[in-house]
Amino acid sequence: MGEIRNEGLELSRREFLAGAGGLAFWAGFGANGFQLISEAQATTQAKVLNPWVRVAPDGGVIILSAGAEMGQGSMTSLAAIVAEEMDADWSKVVIEFAPAEASVYGYVDGDTRSMTIAGSRAVMRYYADLRIAGAQVRKVLVASAAEKWGVEPSSLRTEPGAVIDPATGRRLAYGEIAAFAKPPVRLPGVDKAELKKRSEFRIIGKSVPRRDIPLKVNGTARYAIDVHLPGMVYASTRHSPVHGGAPESWNDATVRGLPGVLGVIRLADGVAVVADRFENALAARKALAVKWKPDAPAAGFDSEKTLSDDYVRVHADPAAKTRTLDAKGDADRAFAAATKTHRAEFRSDYGYHAQMEPLNAVARFNPSFDQVEVWDGSQSPDRCRAGVAKALGFTLAQVTIHQCYMGGGFGRRTLGDYAAEAARIAREVRKPVKLIWTREEDIAHGMFRPQSFQCLEAAQDASGKVVGWRHCVVGDGGVLLHTGIKIPYYGVPNQHLELRGVSHGIRVKHWRAVGHVFNVFAIESFVDQMATAQGMDPVEFRFRHMSISPRARVLFEKVVQMSDWKAPRPEGRALGISLSERSGSLGAGVAEVSLDRASGRIRVHKVWLAVDGGLVVQPAAAKANIESGIVYGLSSVLYERVTVKEGVVMQSNFHDYHVMRMSDMPEEMHVEFVERDAPPSGLGEIGNPWVAAAVANAFHRLSGKRLQHLPFTPERVRAVLDA
Amino acid sequence: MLTFSLNGRQVSVQAEPKTPLLWILREHLNLSGTKYGCGAGLCGACTVHLNGAAVRSCQVEAAQLDGARVVTIEGLSADSSHPLQKAWVAEQVPQCGYCQSGQIMKAAELLAANPKPTRAQIVAHMDGNICRCGTYHRIATAIERASREG
Repeated sequence: MGEIRNEGLELSRREFLAGAGGLAFWAGFGANGFQLISEAQATTQAKVLNPWVRVAPDGGVIILSAGAEMGQGSMTSLAAIVAEEMDADWSKVVIEFAPAEASVYGYVDGDTRSMTIAGSRAVMRYYADLRIAGAQVRKVLVASAAEKWGVEPSSLRTEPGAVIDPATGRRLAYGEIAAFAKPPVRLPGVDKAELKKRSEFRIIGKSVPRRDIPLKVNGTARYAIDVHLPGMVYASTRHSPVHGGAPESWNDATVRGLPGVLGVIRLADGVAVVADRFENALAARKALAVKWKPDAPAAGFDSEKTLSDDYVRVHADPAAKTRTLDAKGDADRAFAAATKTHRAEFRSDYGYHAQMEPLNAVARFNPSFDQVEVWDGSQSPDRCRAGVAKALGFTLAQVTIHQCYMGGGFGRRTLGDYAAEAARIAREVRKPVKLIWTREEDIAHGMFRPQSFQCLEAAQDASGKVVGWRHCVVGDGGVLLHTGIKIPYYGVPNQHLELRGVSHGIRVKHWRAVGHVFNVFAIESFVDQMATAQGMDPVEFRFRHMSISPRARVLFEKVVQMSDWKAPRPEGRALGISLSERSGSLGAGVAEVSLDRASGRIRVHKVWLAVDGGLVVQPAAAKANIESGIVYGLSSVLYERVTVKEGVVMQSNFHDYHVMRMSDMPEEMHVEFVERDAPPSGLGEIGNPWVAAAVANAFHRLSGKRLQHLPFTPERVRAVLDA
Repeated sequence: MLTFSLNGRQVSVQAEPKTPLLWILREHLNLSGTKYGCGAGLCGACTVHLNGAAVRSCQVEAAQLDGARVVTIEGLSADSSHPLQKAWVAEQVPQCGYCQSGQIMKAAELLAANPKPTRAQIVAHMDGNICRCGTYHRIATAIERASREG
């Protein structure tokens, strides 16, 4: 059976160098993106590190994967794409993490190359190039066999792991070919027409088991927090409780006098303690009494007051700085000429990633302290590498990143900020260091999905058609605030989308579709509100008055059928419906909800989601990922909120940052893909953005009231019911 | 020096009496399948068996360990052959996987005491273990499969 090797690069490089022969294919950087090159070509490129694909004489195939693995399955999916086109025997494939070298292994992202695995786009970004790469390998294997047999390559075919000569029935296994084949000086090019047809796929679209799963049921999957090095010591940090603050002084002598303490180190925005044992580092952290400089950017910030008062003022202020995100037609004229207009306001609190593995990293220098190795579970090993280099004043060549599994990412793990800390600390104490943030630190020094205020307005003409649309979002977070604000699936001819940015000094970050969470909540609640104002079924309203795209219509029709939308529900239950786009995918979902009026508790019983993700490379893993998104969405919608007072985060652990538990789960979740002949689009974040509006819309059917502030905590629900 | 049975073998560790079992396992003994999630007994990622009962190892102090019998995920089976581990793979339960050692150890406690639990009993028993990837429905299904297939 194949496996994922989790020992990092050292092992694989040793094995490659020691291996007897075999066919190796390197990744090269071409003008158009990722491509494979031959060994001869690779030797002319300075940054080539490991072969991307290697076929060993024993038939084993090693494929590198740039799919940082945080549970979404990309590590397996990316290798599966290569294996498909090379017609590898999947059971013989071993997957390894690609080195953190974006100039070789990255996908093209505008003018640069990146290995960042975010926005659920790993498969989407790499799909086309990896197919070509796999086909190149297959072509070399076929040509080698043809040469050996003295026949035309076009007369041969492949089956998993072997080249077949149909004329004679003879066959050569890939390993046998690898033993004799001379790798070509230049790899053959591959025309798109030479790629497999969809009907010929053996792996893509067929769901192979994820390779990381066996390691995750026996404790052997290695996360950065599990790395154990000889002579390693332990660090923990206390960052400024007010975001952006800097330490002035602390009880240094006291802390240094504690058992096992090896160092106390000043960071730009905190203090690190280092000890021989982690328990001693924790004790030292606890004893640390820091006086912070008073001028932190977030000093005095009150999130609730800002959200309830200041954002409204900013929205109403004609002199406020605004940024037009998108404009179509003439929205002002559409509103002036409207037969009917609608307006609604929405709010959303800060959200925390709450990935199960608190942030951590391990760093080790060489004896001359001019090379560092860092172990990090990173959504962006190349950015981590750059961040570590910058923190140390190193060049990239002085930094090696060992990619590890991530105990959750959700957008938090793209920066390597904590990895840079670990490296700095290791240099100070001259020893290998494992840095672990406590859960309390992970929250207090979190980077959050920003809070936001939304105002939506719509104009209908005499026929009821929605012809004007305004959406203004107010908050601190730039692009994080306006992902998901566009509505390409509704053909509203006159639109004005606007951002009013403010600044609080609170750290904010991508967070599983981030802006989609509150923008889609606002948009899809608002559409529902317009429908009910006219006494129309919300699906019918979208079809008749929202100029809905054919693609979105198909999804609504699908989810209507899946949920039996018009059928009566049990007493006390109601359905809500909603739609979301994310990373090229589109999903329409329905939630069945009940309400305990006394407690204000909302319960979601059943969920249906129809998804158009183009070609789905690994349907089972994608479905699991979408289910995960639904649960993540429900959790954020029903429970999760970060609040800040006097610049300090008020939540500290899972007792006051409540996330979904098993008893909170819907009894049923149904996810179905709608087939469409299109390249893959992102699926890891299509599961959560639609949830809020679907729940709120169902709540309206139950209560006649609108929920307009995320999350829908019992207190808020009671207040809405009592209003 | 304290001595206890770990996954069937006697181990001796030098640790302060208040050192949590979690850090003894992970950092003193380099047995890292047991995970740190919250350090406060709130998430269940560090669940192990102490004298046959599932406990949060972040809440168990070294002083309680002398002579005790501790089983971690590494000791549940030698070759991932425990019915729960097989069921976890069959149902493709883990996503990020970080909580799953704790989930499996908590579930093993349930099946040891109640080989045929109802769904409601599963939910009640497992409710303290957080899975941030939201694999709860698969966890429950896998427990039912393990119960059925043994």
